[in-house]
Amino acid sequence: MAIALNLLVQFAQMVLVLALAPLFAGFVRKTKAHLLRRQGPPLIQPYREVLRLLRKDVVLADSASWVFRVAPYLVFATTWVAAALVPTFATGLVFSYAADVIALVALLGSARFMLALAGLDVGTSFGGIGSSREMLIASLAEPAMLMVVFTLSLLAGSTQLSSIAEFMQASDVGLRFSLALALIGLIMVAIAENARIPIDNPATHLELTMVHEAMILEYSGRHLALIEVAAFLKLLLYVSVIACVFFPWGIAVSGQGPVAYLAGAGVYLLKLAAGGLLLAVFETAIAKMRVFRVPDFLGAALMLGFLATLLLFVTMAR
Amino acid sequence: MALTGLLWCVGALLAVSVAAIPVARLRSASTLVYGATLSVSALALAIAIACLLAGGPLLGALTLPVGLPWLGAHFRVDALAAFFLIVVNLGAAGASLYGIGYGRHEEAPGRVLPFFPAFLAGMNLVVLADDAFTFLFTWEFMSLASWALVMSHHRRPGNAAAGYLYLIMASFGTLALLLAFGLLAGPAGGYAFEAIRAAPPAAGVAAAVLVLALIGAGSKAGLVPLHVWLPLAHPAAPSHVSALMSGVMTKVAVYGVVRIVFDLLGVPTWWAGALVALLGGVTAVMGVLHALMEHDLKRLLAYHTVENIGIIFIGLGLALAFAANGMRPAAALALTAALFHVFNHSVFKSLLFFGSGAVLTSTGLRDMEQLGGLIHRMPLTAFAFLVGSAAISALPPFNGFVSEWLTFQAILVSPALPQWLLKFLVPAIGALLALSAALAAACFVKAFGVTFLGRPRSDAARSAREVDRWSVATMFVLAAVCLVAGILPGYFIDALAPVTRSLAGARMPPQGALDWLTIVPVAQSRSSYNGLLLFLIIAFAAGLGAEAIHRWASGALRRSAAWDCGFPDASPATQYTAGSFSQPIRRVFGSVVFRAREEVHIPPPGDLRAAEMHVRLRDVLWDAFYVPITRVVGYVADRFNKVQFLSIRAYLTLVFGALVALLMVLAVWQ
Repeated sequence: MAIALNLLVQFAQMVLVLALAPLFAGFVRKTKAHLLRRQGPPLIQPYREVLRLLRKDVVLADSASWVFRVAPYLVFATTWVAAALVPTFATGLVFSYAADVIALVALLGSARFMLALAGLDVGTSFGGIGSSREMLIASLAEPAMLMVVFTLSLLAGSTQLSSIAEFMQASDVGLRFSLALALIGLIMVAIAENARIPIDNPATHLELTMVHEAMILEYSGRHLALIEVAAFLKLLLYVSVIACVFFPWGIAVSGQGPVAYLAGAGVYLLKLAAGGLLLAVFETAIAKMRVFRVPDFLGAALMLGFLATLLLFVTMAR
Repeated sequence: MALTGLLWCVGALLAVSVAAIPVARLRSASTLVYGATLSVSALALAIAIACLLAGGPLLGALTLPVGLPWLGAHFRVDALAAFFLIVVNLGAAGASLYGIGYGRHEEAPGRVLPFFPAFLAGMNLVVLADDAFTFLFTWEFMSLASWALVMSHHRRPGNAAAGYLYLIMASFGTLALLLAFGLLAGPAGGYAFEAIRAAPPAAGVAAAVLVLALIGAGSKAGLVPLHVWLPLAHPAAPSHVSALMSGVMTKVAVYGVVRIVFDLLGVPTWWAGALVALLGGVTAVMGVLHALMEHDLKRLLAYHTVENIGIIFIGLGLALAFAANGMRPAAALALTAALFHVFNHSVFKSLLFFGSGAVLTSTGLRDMEQLGGLIHRMPLTAFAFLVGSAAISALPPFNGFVSEWLTFQAILVSPALPQWLLKFLVPAIGALLALSAALAAACFVKAFGVTFLGRPRSDAARSAREVDRWSVATMFVLAAVCLVAGILPGYFIDALAPVTRSLAGARMPPQGALDWLTIVPVAQSRSSYNGLLLFLIIAFAAGLGAEAIHRWASGALRRSAAWDCGFPDASPATQYTAGSFSQPIRRVFGSVVFRAREEVHIPPPGDLRAAEMHVRLRDVLWDAFYVPITRVVGYVADRFNKVQFLSIRAYLTLVFGALVALLMVLAVWQ
C-alpha cells in the first residue's frame, strides 16, 4: 500500500514538473519584463512556443547524423527523470532509491554529454563554440555541485535527496557555516548550469559569449521543442533542489496523506514564485561577464563547496 | 585442479608463440595464431571465473622444479589472482578476436605474431607467481614481450624513441621491485611469498617496501610522475596490443601493488593510505588534462589510462587508510570500488583502443584534426565507440559510473577516519576525483565529436569504410559488457566478496538478493543506486516522449544545408577542431599546468601568406624530474669518458688502486 502511494506520488511528481517547468520560465520572463517597465509576454508564452515548435517541420542539416536526431529525446528523458528525483511537494519518491543525488548530477552530465555531441554533429563553427564552452563550464560546475552534494550528504548521512530533505526538515540542523557556503556555491552552480545571466544570456543567440544557444543553433521543430522543455525542466530542477534542501518547510513527509500533499504543493508553488522573483531581480541587476571570467566565478563556487566539505570533515566527530 | 589447467593454458600460449615463428609467413597466419590465442584465453577465462565464484582464500598452489634450484617456481591461485586472471584473459580474448580481423592488415606479421602469445603468457604468469623470483622473472618477460610489440613498427618516426624510453622505465621499475622483494625477503632470503607472509617486515622496512613497490609497479601502471613513457609506447604498438597494454598490462601492475601492499606487507599504516590516495588524485587530474591537450587519438586514450589508474589508486589508498584504522567494512567498500574500476577500465579502454584501431585501419590516420564525419562511413564502429566514451566518462547507466559512484561513497564514509592529515586530505582528493570526472566527459566529447561527428576534414576520412566483422563483433561484445556491468553491478560486487574478504577482512553487504537488483554499499537509508531501474525509466521516458510527439506533433522532416546563422557553404575547415575545442580548457588549466603559450602570426594586409598559430605546451613534470636526471647522467658520462683514453700504466694503476680499496673495505668489514 505504501509502495503504491509512493508510486502515485512519484507519478504525480513527474507530471507536475513537466507541467510547471514552462510556467516557471514564463514567470521569470514576465517578472524580468516588469522590472524593465515592459509589458512582457503572457505567462503561458513558453507553452505556446513549445506547441508551435511541435507543429513545425524539422529542417535537418545535410551533414547531421543519427546522434543529432536521437540527442533531443535522450536529453529530454534524462532531464525529466532527474527532475522527477527532486522532492518538490512530498518526500518518499520511489525513484530516489534508484538514483541518489550523485547519480542525479551524473544524469544531468549525460544530458549535457549528448547535447554537446549534437552541437558538434552538424560540423559548423557555432555548434562547436557552444559545445566547447558548455564543456568548459561543466568541467568546473560539476565538481562544484558534487562538493555541495558532499556537504549535504555528510550532514544528513545519506546521499538520497528524499532523506536529505527529511533530515533538513525534521532535525535541528541550526545555522551552520558549511550550509551557508554550500547554499552560495549551489546558487552559483545553478546560474552557470542553466545559462543564466552573468554566465550566458538565455534570451539571445547572437552574442559573442553565447554558449547554450549556440550549441543548439541547428535544431528546429520538435527537436528544438524537446530541448527547450529540457532546459525549462533543468531550471525548475535546480530551483527545486535549492528549495527542498535549504528551505524544506512544508514538504509533506512520505505517507502523511492527501491533505499534507496538497498543502505541500501549495507551499511548493509559493517557493517557486519566490525563487523566480529572486532570479529575475538578480538577472536584471547584474551585467553579463566575459566568457573567460566564467572560470573565476565557477572556481569560487568550487572553493566554497570544497571549504564547506572540509569544514564538515574537520568538525564531524563520527 | 584449476591451477594446473591455468598453467597448461600458459604452456599452450608459449607453444603458440614458438609455433608462430614459422607460421608467420603463411597467408592465414593471423587467423591461426589469433584463433589459437582466442580459444586458450577463453578457456583460461572460464577457469578463472569458476575460481572466483568458488571463492575461498586458497584455490590451489604448486611448485614446479624450474627457476632457482633451491627455490623452484611457486604458483598459486587465490581470489585476488582469480579476479585479475579474469581481467587479463577477458582482455586477451577480446584482443585475439579483434586481431583475427585487424591482423590481416599487418605489414610485418613476423614481428607481431610470435610476441603476442608470449605477452599474454607473461601477464598470466605474473598473476600466478607465488615467489619473488618467479614474479620478477615473469614481470620482466611480460615487459620485454610488450617492448618487442612496441618495436614491431620500429621504422615509423618516434617509435624507436618510445621503445627506448619504455625500456629504460621498465628496467628502472624492475630494479625498484627487485629491491622491494629483497627487503621483503630479509637477510634469510625467504623468497617464497608464503615465507614473506609468515614474517611481515618491521615498520621502517615496510615503509621502504611500500615506496619501492609504488615506484616499481607504479611506473608500469603510469602513476604520475612515472607516466611519461606510457603515452608514447602504448600507441606505438599495433592497436590490439595497445588495448592490451593500456587496458590489461596496467592492471597487472595494479595487481603487483595490491599483492605487495595489501597481502605481503601485513597490516598497513594510515600514512600509506594517504600517500597512495594523494598520488592517485594527482595522477587522475594530470592524466585527464594531458589527454585533453592531445590530438592524436591513440595518445589521448593512453593519457586517459593515466587518469583511470589515478581513480583506481584513490580507491586503493582509501582502502589502506580504512584498513589501518580497523574500519573493515569501509575498507571493503573502497577496495571493491577500486577493483571494480580495474575491471571496468580494462573493458572500455580495450573497446576504445579497438575503435581507434578501426579508424586507423580504414583511414590510416591517428590525428584527430584530419578526421571527422566517420559516423556516416563507419556507423557500427561509431556506435561502439560512443558507448565506450559514455562509459569512460562515468555516465549512467554504464559501468564506469558505478565504480566512480562507489569511490564517492567510500569518500563519504571517511570523516570517521581519526587522523587529521586524512581529514584534510580526503576532501581534497574528492574534489580532484570530481574534477577529473567532469574533465573526462569534456575529453570524450572532444574525442568522439571531432573524430566521428561533423564533416570529414581530409580525403582519407571522406573515403573511410567500415571495418571487418571480427573487429566490429569484438567492439559490440565489449560494449555489451559495459552496459551489463552498469545495469547489473550487484552481481559483480558480490563476485568480488572473496577478494575483499581475504585482503580487507570484510566484504560489502550481499547485493544480488536485493529487490530490483539495487546496490546498497552501506545501508539502505544511506545510499543506493539501481542502474537497471534507471535505465528502464530513462528508456520509458524517452519512448513516451517519442511516442507522444510522433502521434500528435509533426513528423515531417526536411533535409537542407546547415543553417549556421546564415553563413553559406562553409568549408569543413571552418568546423571546430580538436585544438579549438580544448582551447578554453587550455586557457584555464593549461597556462599553469603546461605553461601553455600561444603565438599567432597574422601577415600584414596584402600579404597572401597563411596566418599561423602555434601552441607550445611544456610538461612541467618532465622538466622537473627527467631533464635534471638526464643532465646529471650526461654530465657523469662525459666525465667518465676520459677513462676510456688512458695509457696502459694508468689502467694498471687504476686496477691496483681498486684492488687495494676493496681489500681495505673487506678488512674494515671483518
